[in-house]
Amino acid sequence: MPATTEPTGQPSGQTGTPPELPGRTVLDARDIARALTRISHEILERNKGHEGLVLLGIPTRGVGLAKRIAARIADVEGVAVPVGALDITLYRDDLRKHPARGPQPTDVPVGGIDGKTVVLVDDVLYSGRTVRAALDALADLGRPDAVRLAVLVDRGHRELPIRADHVGKNLPSARSERVMVRLSETDGHDVVQIADAPGGEPA
Amino acid sequence: MKKHLLSVDDLTADDVHTLFTTAAEMHDVQRRQVKKLPALRGRTVINMFFEDSTRTRSSFEIAGKWLSADTINITGKGSSASKGESLRDTVLTVASMGVDALVVRHGASGACQQVAQWIDAVVINAGDGTHEHPTQALLDAYTLTRRLGTLEGKHVVIVGDLTHSRVFRSNVACLTMLGAEVTVVAPPTLMPSGVDAWSASAGFATTYDLDEVIDKADAVMMLRVQRERMSGGFFPTGREYTVGYGLTRDRLARLGPDVPICHPGPMNRGLEIAADAADAVQSAILEQVSAGVAIRMSVLYHLLAGEGAV
Amino acid sequence: MTEKTDPILIKGASLLGERTADVLVVDGVVAEIGTPDAAGARVVDADGLVLLPGLVDLHTHLREPGREDAETILTGSRAAAVGGYTAVLAMANTTPVTDTAEAAERVLDLGRQAGLVDVQPVGAVTKGLAGEELAEIGLMARSRAAVRVFSDDGKCVHNARVMRRALEYVKAFGGVVSQHAQDPDLAGPASCCHEGELSGRLGLPGWPGVAEEVIVARDVMLARHTGSRVHVAHASTAGTVEVLRWAKAQGIAVTAEVTPHHLLLTTDLLAGYDPTYKVNPPLRPAEDVEALREALADGTIDAVATDHAPHARHDKEHAFVDAAFGMLGLETALGVVATVMVESGRMGWGDLARVMSTRPAQIAGLADHGRPLAVGEPAHLTLVDPAAAVVVDRDSSVSLSRNNPWHGRSLSAAVHATLLRGVPTVLEGKLA
Repeated sequence: MPATTEPTGQPSGQTGTPPELPGRTVLDARDIARALTRISHEILERNKGHEGLVLLGIPTRGVGLAKRIAARIADVEGVAVPVGALDITLYRDDLRKHPARGPQPTDVPVGGIDGKTVVLVDDVLYSGRTVRAALDALADLGRPDAVRLAVLVDRGHRELPIRADHVGKNLPSARSERVMVRLSETDGHDVVQIADAPGGEPA
Repeated sequence: MKKHLLSVDDLTADDVHTLFTTAAEMHDVQRRQVKKLPALRGRTVINMFFEDSTRTRSSFEIAGKWLSADTINITGKGSSASKGESLRDTVLTVASMGVDALVVRHGASGACQQVAQWIDAVVINAGDGTHEHPTQALLDAYTLTRRLGTLEGKHVVIVGDLTHSRVFRSNVACLTMLGAEVTVVAPPTLMPSGVDAWSASAGFATTYDLDEVIDKADAVMMLRVQRERMSGGFFPTGREYTVGYGLTRDRLARLGPDVPICHPGPMNRGLEIAADAADAVQSAILEQVSAGVAIRMSVLYHLLAGEGAV
Repeated sequence: MTEKTDPILIKGASLLGERTADVLVVDGVVAEIGTPDAAGARVVDADGLVLLPGLVDLHTHLREPGREDAETILTGSRAAAVGGYTAVLAMANTTPVTDTAEAAERVLDLGRQAGLVDVQPVGAVTKGLAGEELAEIGLMARSRAAVRVFSDDGKCVHNARVMRRALEYVKAFGGVVSQHAQDPDLAGPASCCHEGELSGRLGLPGWPGVAEEVIVARDVMLARHTGSRVHVAHASTAGTVEVLRWAKAQGIAVTAEVTPHHLLLTTDLLAGYDPTYKVNPPLRPAEDVEALREALADGTIDAVATDHAPHARHDKEHAFVDAAFGMLGLETALGVVATVMVESGRMGWGDLARVMSTRPAQIAGLADHGRPLAVGEPAHLTLVDPAAAVVVDRDSSVSLSRNNPWHGRSLSAAVHATLLRGVPTVLEGKLA
């Protein structure tokens, strides 16, 4: 039985607060659930099982997603897979452009990452700079055998040569559009929306 | 957060909590194999110490280096006695080499305030005369928070030569900002002038009687007493000071097992603090030192990482 | 001696703020008051202005010889003239110290050379200001400089025996000792400000008012015992005022001066650690300022003296504890006293003339200065515009130094003209 915390079998529309911006819904709660299930299977397929896997979510929303994927993998394999969080605030390449933000917790599971296959999990893949920072952060924590990337949404506009191994949904977007991911862990409900906004929103 | 850290008054309670949260994350770096974070790569931090201090200076140096900043130590000769360069000329010479931050320790109260007016770089006060030592107060409060949880309503007793202590001034400001109830203890000759009016408006209590308050303390902070004060007539002998104001074995026995004992160091074992107390299970003295690096990393990061942002 | 100068007609001034009249000055002397016939005279339009006797400063530091980078007798004289002064007493703590007749005469001659104000040298009380042996007081008195005021200012004559001998010795020629009252045992070497609540918070070592009061109290008793005169330099505390009141009530020959800054500025200004406000005696709390104002108004304090103390920039650009003590004062003194005491109604212009001209001249024994505005008197005169509102700009000062605590402040009243022996040294507020 799925031991997840997200809402299941919901009709379109959702529990919790309605979306705050007028936008087009791209993924509703059911879509998100299906995507995560598919991603979880892909991860297992690519890795030929659960051996050596470590899931690290990138705060904020990547962490919840990583935990959901870990739960699904546990359902399928019957074994718990290490899951944690990797904060990249201190590794950003645009630190000087904003007032200093406090880092979120980095939680590396017991067993570390040396020799493991780390799967980074994030909600949106956009310029690729967050992932680059995550790779630098990983390098300071240890030496994994391999690093893979799973994202819920890939909205294009890469500025670095980075690609995701597992994608929930490819979402072509204009830079002027804003992609909003809401998850029950952080926002009370699950939805992915896209809307026009001045300036666009970085991943 | 304000540009400089010259005094605890430059911080709000929210700023302090932010600094503590970041410090907690940075504390972990000490345990990593690669003790490096790239956050301050390319920044230059100069430790300009006009007054000797191996402890504080190396703490700032490590903090800067673990954040990948270029840190350089400069000893300045700063007093009027040497009547050479004015302080302004000395500081401008260093600053014009292109530094992002100057960590300054000086023997004169208010020196950092003045330095901040003369240069563009970020100025961090590492101790100015008998005025303030903000990062010390932050690491003290952080250490206590890790031991006690929130400091709201906790009774902290600070004992020692208050007149000549910058650690006291910064601590009283920081602890009262975090909601602690602070009582300070000293003989009359070592109470700051005007302390009655000051304590009334700043919200801390004063007493000459350590035994009156020690049973009610949730945390005890012992300050260093300089033996030279005896020649100034502030107290007659070391042993008289210890009997009245030292953390003796007897007083240690009256502290609960969960009451942390702090000391900014260096300690005069046997004078203001019994050797047993320094090594007791309640002693948080070594935690203070390790907290010092984490707090200073946090301060450097928050003041510098975004510096230059529009 | 009178100089041959162009006659000057000061037209329509209010004499001491009391009555309006024209004043004709001929050959360095007040020739006529009323409605004189002034054919051939240069006219100074004084409509709306107040005429005072030329101001006399009992306490100035001209820094020459020794620190000509901070001020010279010439530049200090300029500042004095701009401030409405016709005579200044130059303190002895130069390098070398003015403790011989030769040194005193040198200062006198440099002052005459500058020719803008009568520079009267003050002689040291002790050799080298060391506080141990009397300086050649008698020789200084007999010199061309005719020294009558003696002071170790900058330092206190701390030793009671030495102070007693000095008080006795000056009786021979009607001299007076001006004491910088600061007990060094109560004011330690690192002390830099008033000891009180603010210094406690700021972590600045200070000294309490009592360090001044114990010396004032001792000295008035010594003055009584020796039958001599003593003068209290730069009184700064309410306690000093109390001692002065008592002593004068006893008939003791004590006089006292207060600086303009002690009449207005308080120790609160030190919160920013700005060394501009570092001065000896230090700025005190408001209670002391109020007591000093009352004492000046009721005559317990006899005179205003600037304690003009120029410093080169680099001597102030230090941490507060290490910076030099002192503030500029000559150019702004009148404005400050007028703002604090006249505009507030505590004193009239006649009272101001008393405290800034008449009494200082009497204390210093300068017979020519501080005279009544009357026919036959030497024409040392100051014309003041009581309605002027001036925002002080430190960079437009004629002093060589810039340690000016009044920068940016608004002061009422400005010096319009200064006449030294009938010759204008300042006209329209500027050096003539």
